[in-house]
Amino acid sequence: MAVKTYIAAITEALDLALERDENVLVFGEDVGENGGVFRATEGLNAKYGKDRVFNTPLAESAIGGMAIGLTTEDFRPVMEIQFFGFIFEVMDSIAAQMARNRFRFSATKQFPIVVRSPYGGGTHTPEMHADNLEGLMAQTPGLRVVMPSNPADAKGLLLAAIESNDPVIYLENLKLYRSVKAEVPEGYYTTPLDKAAVAREGSDITIVSYGGMVGNCLKAAENLEKEGISVEVIDLRTVSPIDVETIGKSVEKTGRVVVAQEAQRQAGIASSIMAEISERFILSLKAPIGRVSAPDSVYPFSMAENDWLPQVDDVVAKVKEIVEYD
Amino acid sequence: MTKGLEILDFKKQMEAQDLEFPTLEVLDNDGKLVDQELFDEAGISDDDLVNIMKLMIRQYVLNERSTKLAKQGRLGFVAPTRGQEASQSATSYAFTDDDFLMPGYRDIPQMINKGFPIYKAFLWSRGHQIGNQMGDVKTWFPQIIIGAQFVQAAGIALGMKMRGKKSVAYTYTGDGGSSQGDTYEGMNTAGAYKANAVFFIQNNGFAISTPRNLQSSAPHLASKGWGAGIPSIVVDGMDALACYIAAKKAREWAVSGNGPVLIETLCDRLEPHSMSGDDPLRYRTKEDIEAWYKKDPLIRMRIFLEGKGLWSTDIEEKYMAEVNSEIDDAVKQADNVPKQKVSDFIKNTFEQPGFIMEEQIKKFEGEGK
Ligand SMILES: Cc1ncc(C[n+]2csc(CCOP(=O)(O)OP(=O)(O)O)c2C)c(N)n1
Repeated sequence: MAVKTYIAAITEALDLALERDENVLVFGEDVGENGGVFRATEGLNAKYGKDRVFNTPLAESAIGGMAIGLTTEDFRPVMEIQFFGFIFEVMDSIAAQMARNRFRFSATKQFPIVVRSPYGGGTHTPEMHADNLEGLMAQTPGLRVVMPSNPADAKGLLLAAIESNDPVIYLENLKLYRSVKAEVPEGYYTTPLDKAAVAREGSDITIVSYGGMVGNCLKAAENLEKEGISVEVIDLRTVSPIDVETIGKSVEKTGRVVVAQEAQRQAGIASSIMAEISERFILSLKAPIGRVSAPDSVYPFSMAENDWLPQVDDVVAKVKEIVEYD
Repeated sequence: MTKGLEILDFKKQMEAQDLEFPTLEVLDNDGKLVDQELFDEAGISDDDLVNIMKLMIRQYVLNERSTKLAKQGRLGFVAPTRGQEASQSATSYAFTDDDFLMPGYRDIPQMINKGFPIYKAFLWSRGHQIGNQMGDVKTWFPQIIIGAQFVQAAGIALGMKMRGKKSVAYTYTGDGGSSQGDTYEGMNTAGAYKANAVFFIQNNGFAISTPRNLQSSAPHLASKGWGAGIPSIVVDGMDALACYIAAKKAREWAVSGNGPVLIETLCDRLEPHSMSGDDPLRYRTKEDIEAWYKKDPLIRMRIFLEGKGLWSTDIEEKYMAEVNSEIDDAVKQADNVPKQKVSDFIKNTFEQPGFIMEEQIKKFEGEGK
């Protein structure tokens, strides 16, 4: 297995998908010759030609609407929204159209669309570039929301998303793009959608997390182990729908839970996870469910991001609080 | 009886479209007047000419310093403006303090020309909230969401009309921005209400890496204004006099209750899209960039003013030194602004925070954040 960055794993997945199925099309602002503003599509335009990997006019609503239309000609669009904050421009296509179309056509039509977009803070981007808006997507029935936390998953989940006949919002963590390197299996493989991973086993407490926050939770778990606290970390991978089975097994084992997200308290996935746990596994719980999140302000402009974003120490503190609760 | 065959001649219509938008030029590349008649009619005073030059030089120096500061990591987001001095500063000179500016992220020079302090522009670049406090200057912060400034400008323009004001809302986007639905919706809505607006599309050839011809097969982006039923023109965006005169005439038209005008300025972004890692040579040639330098708005205007005895190397150097020291002060002032607090972010989100937010404010205040 080769060691790759998160972004290289994404590029490789796109490459393999384009190679395997000629109906796959990759498009968005600057994804062509320039290879995307982060170079996620680097080299693909040269390899597959500008009919399959192409730049669009600067119009997100058109990118999304066009993706929907292309499915009628049996294409499998993989569209890029340059930064997730620009998703609002295409919300009609995504939330009012893509998400509902299978239902509207009474399950006689499929919408195999992948919406790729970078999200997440800590890289000092200008405003509207880093927001964690996954909650908006997850609250929309009909959208599957995938948020890989490491290179191997990034590749396998993207290939699974492109194979899926349902629309998938595939969110790439900006900070992970080049900061994380790990082993990535060779060749074509898929990582199942809707299945959480046990990223680390432990027995005293479960942390449920997703996306860019998983790395912080794993670091927190390492630190806590030195203090004699054994932490299990669940990486949701798909944040909508939620894999309650994997969460349940872990909660039954540890009896204590902290849910950690980068998004604001009212904005992410944590509240859904907490609700599912309390509805289903309340009798396994030995303490209230703890939550780590950013505060409920608008996402701040870059400068004080690191004070605002939840950090490893915040996870450590919350875990201790829940472990010490009787 | 219609002239059916003529109407159905699509090819002829495409050719006609190309002819409908001749480019307004006043100064040629060598700084000579090519439209004496228009220049005379416009009645620009010597003071105005010098002031326009000064604004362009100030923009030039600010760009030099900002790009350097960005390279040193002392600024955050910086979008270079080299090549757009006429399109930005010379147009903005046509507006008054009462006119309202709705800038895009590259339109910092117009904000500064309007009186927005440079140190605040630096704070905006760094992502400090004080950089988004406009004070009495009639401008908004630089818009990140491309197109949003057009629809909002339509609202300001309508508001001004309803209040009976003799002022306009003016706003800028790029050739890329001209593809956004909001851009069209803004022009169309302002047009429908005959609101006091002047719209600019700064066609600088590229939207990040995407060339102009991929944005639209319309031969002229100005033609998009026709769809909204508003007068629309193309201007040499590297000719300060053409830019100024066009903006001034458009303002007069809009202020007199005739409705909005669209101006497409043909210019070039001589430097990268932003200072965050864009390399123009991935998508354009060196020769192309060099060819555009021949149209440099600063050189054209300098030669023209020198010919009139209004400008000299000496004046230019003195003025540049003045601007440089103004910028030194602004850097110091920005550096002295206290760090932002998380508790302030929460306070700035709502006038009346609820229980959970109050709890968060207390927590962060307790931690000194
Ligand atoms: C709605 C929206 N989509 C995408 C972006 C990302 N983006 C920032 S600048 C830019 C290109 C803009 O090009 P243009 O309008 O020609 O203006 P220029 O930068 O050339 O001045 C893009 C795609 C954005 N800021 N807003």
